[in-house]
Amino acid sequence: MSVADIQITEVGHDDHHDDHHDQGFVSKYIFSTDHKTIAKQFLITGIFWAIVGGGLSLIFRLQLGYPDMDLNWLRPIMGDWITAAGKLDTEFYLGLVTMHGTIMVFFVLTAGLSGTFSNFLIPLQIGARDMASGFLNMLSYWFFFLSSVVMFVSLFIETGPASSGWTVYPPLSALPQAMAGSGLGMTLWLISMALFIASTLLGGINYVTTVINLRTEGMTFTRLPLTIWAFFITAVIGILSFPVLLSCALLLIFDRSFGTSFYLSEIFIGGEALPNMGGSPILFQHLFWFLGHPEVYIVILPALGITSEIISTNSRKPIFGYKAMILSMLAIAFLSFIVWAHHMFVSGMNPFLGSIFTLLTLIIAVPSAVKAFNYITTLWRGNIVFTTGMLFSIGLVSFFISGGLTGLFLGNSALDINLHDTYFVVAHFHLVMGSAAFFGLLAGVYHWFPKMFGRMMDEKLGRLHFWLTFIGVYLVFFPLHYIGIAGFPRRYYSFTSFETFSGFADLNTFVTIAAVVTFAAQFIFLFNFFYSIFGGRKAPANPWKSNTLEWTTPRVPQHGNWPGAIPKVYRWAYDYSKPGAPDDFIPQTIPLSHTPESNLPHEGELAKEEGVESPKKEKDKVE
Amino acid sequence: MENTASIFGTGEARVRSMNARKFALWLFIISVTMVFASLTSAYIVKKSEGNWLIIEFPELFNITSVLIVISSISMHFSYLAARRDNLLNIRLGLVITGLLAIGFVVGQYFAWDKLVEQDVYFVGNPAGSFIYVFTGLHVLHLAGGLIFLFVVLFKAYTYKVHSRNLLSIEMCTTYWHFLGGLWLYLYIFLIANN
Repeated sequence: MSVADIQITEVGHDDHHDDHHDQGFVSKYIFSTDHKTIAKQFLITGIFWAIVGGGLSLIFRLQLGYPDMDLNWLRPIMGDWITAAGKLDTEFYLGLVTMHGTIMVFFVLTAGLSGTFSNFLIPLQIGARDMASGFLNMLSYWFFFLSSVVMFVSLFIETGPASSGWTVYPPLSALPQAMAGSGLGMTLWLISMALFIASTLLGGINYVTTVINLRTEGMTFTRLPLTIWAFFITAVIGILSFPVLLSCALLLIFDRSFGTSFYLSEIFIGGEALPNMGGSPILFQHLFWFLGHPEVYIVILPALGITSEIISTNSRKPIFGYKAMILSMLAIAFLSFIVWAHHMFVSGMNPFLGSIFTLLTLIIAVPSAVKAFNYITTLWRGNIVFTTGMLFSIGLVSFFISGGLTGLFLGNSALDINLHDTYFVVAHFHLVMGSAAFFGLLAGVYHWFPKMFGRMMDEKLGRLHFWLTFIGVYLVFFPLHYIGIAGFPRRYYSFTSFETFSGFADLNTFVTIAAVVTFAAQFIFLFNFFYSIFGGRKAPANPWKSNTLEWTTPRVPQHGNWPGAIPKVYRWAYDYSKPGAPDDFIPQTIPLSHTPESNLPHEGELAKEEGVESPKKEKDKVE
Repeated sequence: MENTASIFGTGEARVRSMNARKFALWLFIISVTMVFASLTSAYIVKKSEGNWLIIEFPELFNITSVLIVISSISMHFSYLAARRDNLLNIRLGLVITGLLAIGFVVGQYFAWDKLVEQDVYFVGNPAGSFIYVFTGLHVLHLAGGLIFLFVVLFKAYTYKVHSRNLLSIEMCTTYWHFLGGLWLYLYIFLIANN
């Protein structure tokens, strides 16, 4: 019955979709329910946060690389966070680290990445007019926006933002008297995250519903582009894991504001014993990492999906191991839920449990390696077109491999005793998750910019941006492995008072210089991005000669995406360089019966059942 | 893949399978389930670490459990009435469900009173705090269900719920059964782990 309902409304859509574009400014650009506008809102907000988050990291990098520097020139922006002696305030340093982590993980690489590309590509690539619920989609963005405002405000309050690390472990985060940042800053952090979780859930429910229910005719699951598979699996992980973060945060809120003892027990602070009894801070870690670990896959899977699409398109070859790619993503998603305790090897957990989590963690290397090999084998002997998007995708594969290798060390409960909470961990996740996902985001922007704004970005500036960023990222994060193995702990304000570490002062300075250069290189991108929106070369309909459905829309798709009927799909998304075909790509909308010269034997059989007239007859009709 | 391909070739079969709103409701139910699954796991983890209290649950929880089960039955009665276009019984079922739900909430509140009489407070040993969190969060979700119920009731009074327009009452019934099941799970979980 419900199926019939939808079809009726959709027929209606087809009829009147060409003529109601006269929306007001507010409903078109601000409170828009159009998935393309919402995607751009997520993207612009994500870019804003990336600048803020990156800027914060530069400030603490300056402190680490130049511990003696006079920072008085930062006073105009930072005010009293720079002490009278021109030094960075020690507690604010922790606030910077915390905010950098929170902003990058949640606001840039979750909302900025998933929010942008799931919204933009899901309807366009599966052949839908819009998301299942445009209203919930709009709500999702505005919850994110509110969450952003609260988090941004927390940067400017007198007691400083949350400062107990992006993982906000209690008791540090639970007790306002523990540090300045655990007061109002932490409260705002929790409010902001609650709003963020609401936003993510609304978005995720919408993405999953849309992928399952609104695919166009012929778009079976085995014909979906890998981007959609990645967004779909990401959204499922989000739906399962973000509620757990919500319960985790909720209990923390109760502990902070109502005096319960879920995470607190037998604490003596500031000369007095607290009444809290019976709680356990380890409980928080379990709850937090049950989200926290899937979260890293929420961050990286969309980037891997985007890369699959871009690498296949620009290698002019079908993706190697399409089904293996899907299975490996499903395996990663499943495993992501049963490895959380590898973040807790040194929390005093039973060593036997540690060995089980080590085993499960190392198994993740298998599907990850499958993906890495498939990228390389797709590139192998392809007619590679080095577009900027392609360069960033290849860069992602590089980071995914070099950062993933160190995961094998860290996932090992015995080695982790030594490496835990050192810069080795920082190096590991900044490469495999941070930079890799960031490159996925940039690759996606360069690749789909023509569809978003109808114009091309400048390829020369793009290449310059790529090389500076790619080399810069390695120069920043590779040395961190060394200082990590040397024993540098994370989140320390200064290492000058430790004799052991004095030999690494130059290396730290080097990393800081590299970080400044890499950050500066991002302004090339910003110029390119904003200039091209208005002044870029007008984009052709299908600039990358790609197969997927979004390139069958007009140059700037209007509300409803396709004027007239939604295209049907007759083949998978990866018919590149098919032997016998005149072109090196066959879009998904071309029926098999139109391409008898390149059909494989079983496709020839399928072509007969398509019910599509052969091209010859159609030609007769036109004449 | 080949099989599905041959089906859609005819242009009849669509790839979709379910109403998008109903599907989204199920996803919402899954995420709510995850909230409670994580909280009950937290309960087990915390309990296994010791420093725990054995708490005698108020008898009232038995009564409220019965109330919520009956409300599920009356909700389903209303849904069946809608399928048979029995407009009066739709309203009757919904009103009974709403009253039972309010009875349930009041019962939970008095059960909290009983807990306080036993010196089990929200602030104190987590063994007690967890009970308040479970019941409180459940009532919060029930409040959402109650609002949904009123919306459906309003629709029923404006003749918008009948056998050709079942979506809202179907979704409301699904969510309502979920809320009932959720409470039974929480209560049995608490009894089993005490």
